[in-house]
Amino acid sequence: MIGSPAMSINPKTLPRPTPETRHFWEGAKLGELRLQQCDACTHVYFPPRPFCPECASRQVSVVRASGRATLYSYVINHRLPKWIDAPYAIAVVQLEEGPRMMTNILGVPQTPEALVLDMPLEVVFESVSADIALPKFRPARGDAR
Amino acid sequence: MKPGAVAIVGAAETTRLGLVPDMSQIQLHADAALNALADCGLTPKDIDGVACAAEWPTELAHYLGITPTWVDGTMVGGCSFMLHVRHAAAAIAEGLCTTVLITHGESGRSWVGSQAVGINQASLAGQFELPYGVLGAPTMFTIPVLRYMKDHGLTHEQLANVAVVQREWAGMNPRATHRDPITVQDVLDSKLIAYPFHVLECCLVTDGGGALVLTSAERAKDFPTRPVYILGTGESVETPMISQMQDFTSSRAFRVSGAKAFAEAGITHADVDHLMIYDAFAHLPIYGLEDLGFVGKGEAGAFIWERHTAPGGKLPMNTNGGGLSYMHSGMYGMYALQESVRQMRGIAPAQVAGAKTSVCHGVGGMFGASGTIIMGNALP
Ligand SMILES: [Zn+2]
Repeated sequence: MIGSPAMSINPKTLPRPTPETRHFWEGAKLGELRLQQCDACTHVYFPPRPFCPECASRQVSVVRASGRATLYSYVINHRLPKWIDAPYAIAVVQLEEGPRMMTNILGVPQTPEALVLDMPLEVVFESVSADIALPKFRPARGDAR
Repeated sequence: MKPGAVAIVGAAETTRLGLVPDMSQIQLHADAALNALADCGLTPKDIDGVACAAEWPTELAHYLGITPTWVDGTMVGGCSFMLHVRHAAAAIAEGLCTTVLITHGESGRSWVGSQAVGINQASLAGQFELPYGVLGAPTMFTIPVLRYMKDHGLTHEQLANVAVVQREWAGMNPRATHRDPITVQDVLDSKLIAYPFHVLECCLVTDGGGALVLTSAERAKDFPTRPVYILGTGESVETPMISQMQDFTSSRAFRVSGAKAFAEAGITHADVDHLMIYDAFAHLPIYGLEDLGFVGKGEAGAFIWERHTAPGGKLPMNTNGGGLSYMHSGMYGMYALQESVRQMRGIAPAQVAGAKTSVCHGVGGMFGASGTIIMGNALP
């Protein structure tokens, strides 16, 4: 375990992949953060769709992200569900490639003092079931990807 | 739509607001509907158009004994009723129906006859947000604000002050849930819900409802109530995922909806006497003031601090006390519309003297959707 937050698994909050998102979850299991890029206009996007949200082209490719990101915004939830035992941050990170995604920040106290906007982060994968590894982020050490 | 072609002739909330454990959700719709019909001297048999959210229009029409020729079940969250008003105005102007009933009822606190709708685990939000511990609006709607605070220098005190000013308005309203004055320090000392938001910066959770009756401006003259004319309307949607909002410091749906309503009404900001901005959380009036163009980017926190939206200020805002202090059953938009109608009729508890034009701006599904209705008490 990489560190806080101490979140146990609630099966009702696990992602249920669809045909359009399977590449993402298959990548995550292999430790790869996968985005998509439009072959026509080069737009890199997330969340997954089998067409480009900018130009509607169906010619798109799966690309591997660097895993490098910065902390864009967050809240620290203090109204805890049964399966979580301490306040935790729900964060949005800015990926180096452009898209943003929701995540949790590991390996750092879940406090405003420790969670500084724009701090550099890198992806780590947390296995939560036989099929699902969730991309999460920790302060950058420089060995992402 | 031609400004002033359609008017609100009936408006009422449920007989009781707050804690109403003896009424189911559909009955809250009906209670508000019967009050609004009585307000304008109609019965359900006079209604030929229905719109509602949280219940299906089918349920509502059957429950009240209405045979509609026009139906709208648009459900985009708490501003659904702004969209209903907009759609109803267009439908009446086009002759699809003559007299529309829009209802809202929500057993948000007592949960009588209502059903929770969770996030579908296979949706994009279910796959890419739900696993990270989001638990309802307080953990999602709030996420953009730290970005706003860093980019525009909004302080925790300025955010807290939104709740303080609205409590002043609530103090003038006998129907408001919370009426005792509070200070910025009270807000900052109140329980943390989702940092940086304290409980006093989050909306109430209550039971209640409201209903509106709309007809053509021509027919409106024959009703016992003072007509409130629809001058301009707007609507838009952006994204069901808070993490995918284009700009965390501004809502695209707000900008599109607001600009459309102002253009349709043909008014300027200087013409606005009264303003409602849906305040599920304390940052929404800040985003709303800026995205509707009342102040420049990054200026709204100081604008509210300088008391421009407070009692006696030049732009009275959320004069019922808002979702923070008046009531909030889950989808607050209907109550904002009710306050705009009261202000335009000249009967609000905290009446803005001489108010002729009111802007009522709603948000729904976090920053997912928006609707804006501009009302006036005189024909343009
Ligand atoms: Zn493209």
